Amino acid sequence: MRDVELKMKERAAELLKSGEVARVIGWKKGEFYFDPEPSVFETEAELENFVYNGFCGANLSKYLIAASKKPGKTAVFLKPCDTYSFNELVKEHRVVRENIHVVAIECQGKLDISKIKKLGADAVTEVEELGEKVKVSSLYGDMEFAKEEVLLEKCLCCKGKEHKAADETIILHEMPETKNDRFSGVEKLEAMTPDERFAFWKGELSKCIRCNACRNVCPACSCVKCVFDNPNSGIAAKANDTEFEEQMFHIIRAFHVAGRCTDCGECSRVCPQNIPLHLLNRKFIKDIDTLYGEFQAGDVPEGKTPLTDYRTEDTEPGKVFDAEGKHA
Amino acid sequence: MQDVTTEKKEYVPNIVAFCCNWCSYAGADLAGSSRLSYPANVKIIRVPCSCRVNPMFVLKAFQRGADGVILCGCHPGDCHYVTGNYYTRRRMALLFSFLNYLGIEKERTRVEWVSAAEGARFSAVMNDFVKTVAALGENKRLTDLRCKEDKNDA
Amino acid sequence: MQRIGVFICWCGSNIAATVDVERVAEVIKSEPGVVFSANYQYMCSENGQQLIKNAIKEHHLTGIVVGSCSPRMHEATFRKTAEAAGLNPYMVEIANIREHCSWIHKDREEATEKAIILVRTAIAKVNLDAPLQAGESPVVKRALVIGGGIAGIQAALDIAEAGFEVDIVEKNATIGGRMAQLDKTFPTLDCSACILTPKMVDCAQSDKIDILSYSEVEEVKGFVGNFSVKIRKKARYVDEKKCTGCKVCMEKCPSKKGFNEFNMNLNNRTAIYIPFAQAVPNVAVIDPQQCIKLKTGKCGICQKFCGAGAIDYTMKDEFIERQYGAIVVATGFKPISLDAFNEYGYAENKDVITSLELERLMNAAGPTNGVLLRPSDGTHPKVITFIQCVGSRDTSGCGKPYCSKICCMYTAKHAMLIREKYPDTEVHVFYIDVRTPGKNYDEFYRRAVEQYGVDYIKGMVGKVYNENGKLMVQGSNLIDNEQVTIPSDLVVLAAAIEPEPSVRKIATLLTASIDTNNFLTEAHPKLRPVESPTAGVYLAGVCQGPKDIPETVSQASACAAKVIGLLVKDHLKTNPCVAQPDETMCNGCSQCANVCAYGAITYVDKEFRLGGGKTEIRRVASVNPAVCQGCGACTVTCPSGAMDLKGFSSKQIMSEVEAICKM
Repeated sequence: MRDVELKMKERAAELLKSGEVARVIGWKKGEFYFDPEPSVFETEAELENFVYNGFCGANLSKYLIAASKKPGKTAVFLKPCDTYSFNELVKEHRVVRENIHVVAIECQGKLDISKIKKLGADAVTEVEELGEKVKVSSLYGDMEFAKEEVLLEKCLCCKGKEHKAADETIILHEMPETKNDRFSGVEKLEAMTPDERFAFWKGELSKCIRCNACRNVCPACSCVKCVFDNPNSGIAAKANDTEFEEQMFHIIRAFHVAGRCTDCGECSRVCPQNIPLHLLNRKFIKDIDTLYGEFQAGDVPEGKTPLTDYRTEDTEPGKVFDAEGKHA
Repeated sequence: MQDVTTEKKEYVPNIVAFCCNWCSYAGADLAGSSRLSYPANVKIIRVPCSCRVNPMFVLKAFQRGADGVILCGCHPGDCHYVTGNYYTRRRMALLFSFLNYLGIEKERTRVEWVSAAEGARFSAVMNDFVKTVAALGENKRLTDLRCKEDKNDA
Repeated sequence: MQRIGVFICWCGSNIAATVDVERVAEVIKSEPGVVFSANYQYMCSENGQQLIKNAIKEHHLTGIVVGSCSPRMHEATFRKTAEAAGLNPYMVEIANIREHCSWIHKDREEATEKAIILVRTAIAKVNLDAPLQAGESPVVKRALVIGGGIAGIQAALDIAEAGFEVDIVEKNATIGGRMAQLDKTFPTLDCSACILTPKMVDCAQSDKIDILSYSEVEEVKGFVGNFSVKIRKKARYVDEKKCTGCKVCMEKCPSKKGFNEFNMNLNNRTAIYIPFAQAVPNVAVIDPQQCIKLKTGKCGICQKFCGAGAIDYTMKDEFIERQYGAIVVATGFKPISLDAFNEYGYAENKDVITSLELERLMNAAGPTNGVLLRPSDGTHPKVITFIQCVGSRDTSGCGKPYCSKICCMYTAKHAMLIREKYPDTEVHVFYIDVRTPGKNYDEFYRRAVEQYGVDYIKGMVGKVYNENGKLMVQGSNLIDNEQVTIPSDLVVLAAAIEPEPSVRKIATLLTASIDTNNFLTEAHPKLRPVESPTAGVYLAGVCQGPKDIPETVSQASACAAKVIGLLVKDHLKTNPCVAQPDETMCNGCSQCANVCAYGAITYVDKEFRLGGGKTEIRRVASVNPAVCQGCGACTVTCPSGAMDLKGFSSKQIMSEVEAICKM
């Protein structure tokens, strides 16, 4: 993947140098090889720290809300799945399309460092993720894993390798399609009894520390002011005082992004408590798909979402339960 | 009334009913003028259209100790605001399904379409809903414990 | 903090018999904000209202709660009472302790407890009430009618009759629409032109009506009472004011091979033409696609021969902008394209025609001067087969799922007219069902069958094919349960009708909702059938749904009544309980506009002050209070909670929820 990184860096430098863009959004080196972080590069000199590797899972599209308001164009590197969020932001007028230069980049699936660590690799210095295997080099020697074992949750349910928005592309290798099994987790829960489900979610959501990381990273959570920060909304709370508030926060958040969530998986990726938040959003996605027809948010940069649309023959709320009742 | 929780004779659930002004609220009025009774623990909040009901209101009701929440609106196709109840239908179908997914008993939430002419239906729906919720017992899963304490102190 | 007065009504014994009204009035005194409470036998009576007025003044009340019958009964009464005492009418809340309490509960204790909770809930709401002012907006006393068919003509005539100015915008060179193409009308068989053309002339002669023919609506801004509309007057290359309609140009024009649209392309017309003899305005128009002068620069014959000097090849499209108080949409219909119906051989066989083509073939002013001749060889057809429901009631996806409504009747008419004029002609009709609801309609159909001996065959047609010059119509006869093949000379297809395609653009311009079949949606299917959900926009004719001439005319007159009702007002009072966005929280995401059935929400770029002297331009929602109907759909769609509804704010509803649950 080094070649991809070099090409991207080169292109970023060109774009900045020519003045075509005023800034480039990409990833920069973190403290370790495995923790690169999103960054805005405004000069060629700053590009020295530019990186792109198997740990660049972060979705950069949300950074464009701020960037597209600044003077000049902004270039951004988007992986296929990130382009869905980008389209959604364009659809909602949160990002001005004309101000953005999208560089669609190659993605071989992004890696979960905690999974790699669990498999015994520590002090990772480099990773090569081309193909089915992942070669991990560390201070203690090299190891090899099956890629599926170490992919991020979101990459296990990859939406495909097609970019839904692009002004230019940097793809140097073939991108193998991965299987998409995004609803199995939801189905497992649906098959439980309500008591079991409640116990599961109580266990998960009670871990929530209301750090707001899920909200901050979510490209759909782009409100100027969040209802939970607005004392007039009647539901604002700085921290969770009770179990109810944990639930309230996550229920409302999931409802607010329903039909707009592209399933980018960032919420689960960033949750410090490892709450499987994607299982909340995917329930909405699954229900929408079943009840109102397949819908992928961010597929196109325009149009209505399932919740701002209707059909006269839509299913009745009661009937939904009948169908679901079979699981219970 | 405050003794409900401590000294139970027969468990009476607390029900919040959101009714749209044009059909269901009028249906409830007709139930009244036809003297078709339903339990007193059903309390109606008037909204212009069922589409005014925010999921937050539903959750708020549960938080404050409601045992069941029911939304009533015009029959699909008859909405005073043309399309309002179509949005309600989608929103609530998804919300209730989601609550069910979190383990909140599906019987605690309901959407019913009641026209201004259906006083009898309004009464029947409420009787049935109260019975269903009563069978489940108190809402413990979504309630805010502090509210319960308030309740005991009152 | 509000100063709230609570008034508990006994309603005689209606409330007082089951609710301890004195106790209710006593208990709620301790509620936050309550400074006064009273109970009285009949609050709605003169004395009761006086009690309220006095209390408002004496106790300087800022809000009142009336515990009484349903707000649907007396909310308006008590609002007026409050207003009379100097209190804002929207500072009144009603606790429905009759219909929702005393009438349905028998146990006095239980009913009293519930009444207390209901009054408490109303107090919680009034605590958060804010005075609201009903806005006023002026009304421009002029109406626009889009479409100059019979629907538009009738609406315009009725509106003009009431003394208001009306403009008819018609995209074709003449008004008259589809009705002008028809030969006879059912069920009376009177000549279509004879009843339509006088109305067209009335339009032209009315000093209140301005006909903008060969024009299209380009842009619509504004709202009910105050629309601003940009209209494109297409270049017709003939000066309307000078042209006398003498038709010399048509005689001289060398380009004679244009399709005559008015005659359903059954014959040709010249490049400069007047669509038909009774056209209004009776002014020629040049088809720029066909005119030699406009295409090559050489010719100019019509200009040479025009005695009035009306021809102007340099004419350009012209834009005019006018203000209107109300808009009537009457864009009409067209028969569907038969491309998807190969089985009937319409494309291959000249003698397979549509019913509208047959109208022209039978019309005295048509291409055959009213003599029924086969388009292929000009002979008299001896066997004519009609096929019904071509693309109507079609769930296969090729056609339309709805019934076109007019076909059964016009086919009966055609069959009857043919049998009357040419008794030696055999007429067959394949039908699925014959639908004839309407005054004298079924009698009409029965006459076709019984008096005129038209052969009605219940069954569908599978195929029409040409065999030795005969059109073989192969279908099933469901009554006799057999397959039949009828060798015919002429086959007439009752093609489904669909809204004129340009209606989509019009609907978008007007933010009027449209259904999946492109019919405009009415504000209420039963109770407001001639109004669009978009205030100030009215619907006449087939643009709203399939209908025949009498229905169209009734609807047009109904529209006119609605328009007149609007235009007689100098100002419109607007409902103050409308949506209102908090701009500081609005994301400008457009989700609210997506669910607004009225097109009340638009977006504006606004500058916001950030910290440190910086500013930021943000796109924010703006609600037009004159258009918003106050349903609240937008409030729930808004993720940030920026959109709220006045009179039913989120905080108020939540406070009601809390009051109910706090037991």
